[in-house]
Order: sequence, then C-alpha cells, then structure tokens
Amino acid sequence: MATSPRRGRRHPLASIALLLVGLFASGGAYALFTGAATAADNVPSAAQVENGKALFAANCASCHGLNAEGTKAGPSLVGVGALAVEFQVGTGRMPMAGSGPQAEKKPVQFAQDEIDAMAAWVASLAPGPGMPDAEYLSGGDASNGAELFRINCAMCHNVAGAGGALTEGKFAPNLHNIDPVHIYAAMVTGPQNMPVFSDMNITPEEKRDIIAYLKFMDENGSVGGLDLGALGPVSEGLFVWIFALGGLVAITIWLTAKSN
Amino acid sequence: MAKSDKSVAVRGGSAVERADRVENPGFEPEHKRIHDVNPEKAAGAERGISILFLLSAILSVTAFALNFLFPIVPGDLWSVRLNTLLVGVAIAAGLLTLGVGTVHWAKALMHGHELVEERHETRGDEPTRKRAIEIFQEANKESGWTRRRLLRNSLITALVAFPIPAIALFRDLAPAADPVKALKHTAWKAGTRLARDPSGTPIKASEVTIGSAFHVIPEDLHNYEETFLNEKAKSAVLLMRLPVEELNISEERKDWSYDGIVAYSKICTHVGCPVALYEQQTHHLLCPCHQSQFDVSNECAVIFGPAARPLPQLPITVDAEGYLVAQSDFLEPVGPSFWERTQ
Repeated sequence: MATSPRRGRRHPLASIALLLVGLFASGGAYALFTGAATAADNVPSAAQVENGKALFAANCASCHGLNAEGTKAGPSLVGVGALAVEFQVGTGRMPMAGSGPQAEKKPVQFAQDEIDAMAAWVASLAPGPGMPDAEYLSGGDASNGAELFRINCAMCHNVAGAGGALTEGKFAPNLHNIDPVHIYAAMVTGPQNMPVFSDMNITPEEKRDIIAYLKFMDENGSVGGLDLGALGPVSEGLFVWIFALGGLVAITIWLTAKSN
Repeated sequence: MAKSDKSVAVRGGSAVERADRVENPGFEPEHKRIHDVNPEKAAGAERGISILFLLSAILSVTAFALNFLFPIVPGDLWSVRLNTLLVGVAIAAGLLTLGVGTVHWAKALMHGHELVEERHETRGDEPTRKRAIEIFQEANKESGWTRRRLLRNSLITALVAFPIPAIALFRDLAPAADPVKALKHTAWKAGTRLARDPSGTPIKASEVTIGSAFHVIPEDLHNYEETFLNEKAKSAVLLMRLPVEELNISEERKDWSYDGIVAYSKICTHVGCPVALYEQQTHHLLCPCHQSQFDVSNECAVIFGPAARPLPQLPITVDAEGYLVAQSDFLEPVGPSFWERTQ
C-alpha cells in the first residue's frame, strides 16, 4: 500500500528530472564547445595553421605552389585572405575539376574545419580580407540593396539574380540560395573574372543590403506568376511564340475545318 | 497576225475569251455530316453543346464568387497573385467553353449546305447615272459655281490659305535646341570629381583597388534637375583599375589614366546600351545587347561584335585632396553614330 503510491510518484518525476538534467547537460556542453570553437576561429591556433598547411600541400600545392607562391597552372594566393579560401573552397569551386573557361560550383570537397584550417594558413602568409562580422550577413534594407544591385551587379547577374553569359564560355552564375558569407566574399574578393567591390566602393552596410535583396528574392517568389527563369525577353518571347501562337493556330485550324 | 487562232474568240474591244477556258464547276455535292444522317449522334452533339454552355455559365458565376473567396488584401501581393490567377482562369475558361460551344453548334448542327450571295454590279444603272449628272447641273445652276467666278476663286484662295499656320505648328515639334550640340557634350568638365552611382560620393584614387570596377557619375550630376536622366544617360562612366603593366597606352593618351585607373564611357558605340560586363582577368568589356566586346587593356578597342568604334575614354587625374577628377569632357561624342558625327 505504501510503496505503490511512492513508486507511482517517483517514476514520472524521475523520468522528467532525468530528461531535464540530460537536456541541460548536453545543451550546456554544446554551448561550451561552440563557444570555445568561436574563440578558436577568431585567433587561429598554431595547430590549425599547421593542419591547414598540410592540407594545402596535399590538395592545392600542385597548382598554387607549396608556399602558395603560384605556378603556371594557378595564381599566387599570397594576400588573398581567408575570405577568398572560404569562397573558393566553401562553394566547391576549388579544387578545380579540370581546366575550362571558369571554375564552376560543385559539391564541397572539404569539411568546414578543414576549410577553416586552410583559410587560417593562407591568411597567415600575408594580410588579406578576413571573415565578415555576422552583423553584415543578415538584416539590411532590401530596397536599398535592390538599387545597388541594379547598378553594380545586374548587368552580369541579371536583375533577378538569374545569371547570364559572358565572353568565351564564361558566365555569371545565378545568385539564388547562396550562403550570405559567399555573397559577401564574392564582392570583397572578386573571384575569377568578377570585379572587386571592396569596402571602399560598397560599404559593409551596403553589402548587407545587397544580401538582404537577394535573400528577399529567395524567400518571395514572383508575384507576377510564372517567371520562366526570369531570363528576359528572349525566353519569354519564345514561350509566347510556341504556346500562345501555337494555340491560336490550332484554334484557327479547328474553326475552318469541315465537320465530319 | 495573219493567221487567226481558232481557239481564241475575239469579242468587241480588247476582251479576249479563250474557248478552252475552265468552266465554273459549281458546288461539290453536299457533304452529309454524321449528325445529318444519324439522329442519335445529332442528339449527342446537342447534349454536348448544352453541357458546354451550362459549364460556361457555372464558370462565370464561379469567377464572380472567387473574387470574394480569394479577395485582394491590401499590402499582400500574394493575395493579388492568387486572386488574379483564379479569377482570370475562371473567366477565360467560361469564355472558351462558350465560344467552343457556339462554333461546334454551327459546325455540327446548323444547316450544312453552301450558298452564293452575288455581289451587285459596281456600275449604276442608266437612269441613276443620268439623275446624278442632273443633280450636279442643278447644283451648279443654283449656286452659280461656274457663273460667279469671283466668289469661286476667292473661296479657293481662302481654302488654300487655311493650312498655312500648320507649317509653323509642325515646325515647333522639332527640338528647340540644336540636338547635335547636345549629343557632342556631356556633363563632364575639367575638374569634375568622379562620384559613385547612385550616392554621388566622390572617389579617391586610393579607394580603387586592383580589379575594382566602379559605376561612376559626375559629382555635380544632381544639379541637373529637369534633364538629370538625359545627362546621366550620356555621362555614365565605368572606372576600372588594372595592373599598370597590363595597360597598353598610346603616346597621346599617356596622361589620361592614373596609376592603372582608367575611365571609359559606359555607352556602347553601337546603339547605346550600357556596356558594363567587365571581366577583371581578361579585361574584356561585354555589351549585353549585341555582344560587342571591348579590350580595356588596349584602349577599349573593339575585338568582337557590331560596335564601330572603341568606347571613348574620359581623361582623368587626381586633385590636391586625392580625389579622381576629369581633365575635360570626352574628346569625342559618346554613344552611337549619328548623321552629323564627323569622325
């Protein structure tokens, strides 16, 4: 009689308490761990730089040289900064799959801590653009960003960010669903044939606005209906020629055909 | 012709009628449709058509109801999209079923025989023609058109003079100022600072890092109020910095750039699209409209496409405070060719 209610009380309480303790413990450990990781990011440890150097020697040095001094096959990386490494390796463009008009986006080949290690080593060679503060990667004024985008970016990347052709097989990629860090990095470092838009041309606040515009377009589809890839009058004209005119021709044929 | 051709019968005048001409074959025998011969099929078609008409009625009422089921909420663009999509599709489908039903009715069930409606003669009959001439003669007699020559001639003079003011009115449609002058000059002057588009903040030479591309307007462009867009359209400039050793500069232009910083008109010399697709490694500038390519390292020489001339270069230098300034206006008209362009 006495044990039965005690056991009944203890059993659910114990499980809840255990759950809470477990949650706090794992959450606290995670917070501690990630806190430590952030601290390590800001000031790369000697071990991380060493690790980065080893990874670089194994994966990048055949084109960029053992000391990133550049060879005939690849440019020098002295002074490109951690942000260039984050962009090129973090989007899968480097290591390149093969020579071609330009390095294309592909599945990322390295884990994030490996990319960070290589970035730390490249950054240790000479000063260059580093990772942006998190405050410049979210928020921002999408309408100001849209104006800046139209003036500085839209001629190559298309006003809707759909991308476009350049000369001799090169192209400006589409900008849908790109990690804000990589949008920021592309502006600062000017990868491949993209011009550089340094902080003295477009301020970090303005870059944040441009990111806000691109994110706004990611999150809000075309209110005008089917956008047909937003590629402009050629694809839209082709659609109308094939489907609208085709429909009219079919109706005309039916109208004038004799009934059987 | 001495020998007469028997196959050609010549009737009065020049009309030639060939004896072997093709006779009007008349109508083909009436084609019986399945609905004419099979009453069951005809009833089926009638049912189908009436279903189309009823469907059209239902769709029209639905379109009306959809306005209230999916109303446009002010400030919510997605509600506009949904509303216009659904209402539009319902109205279109309602009209389409109505039209298809009507045409099907005419094609399948209405009388199928063909008939000819003769056009009446273009020449009036003799009494009508005679009477018309009489009317003219009566009018002449009553008005004195041929008799009162002073009246007639003064009226003709008045009518001839009437459109003369239009000459002045149409002349006013031409541009007030000489357009050639406007085409040959831009807002750039000696000492005008190069400024960022759209903010209008001036640019220091030290801010233009290697590989940069700046979209540039004259700093004082905002002083043009009414003609702002026209001036901007002419004076837009692309500013780029190349490694100095990659620039091939001719002798007469050696002072036009500053430490690898060059400024070129953004207006294509073909038909005036903005040329701003700059590739910082190849130093190619591409015009997106007709794929003209300019080589920035060779004074924007045309390397591909329909453009006739290199992009005009804006001579720049640096003022005492380190800002980039124009040395002068462009030394040639920017943009596409025009009739009076001499170069």
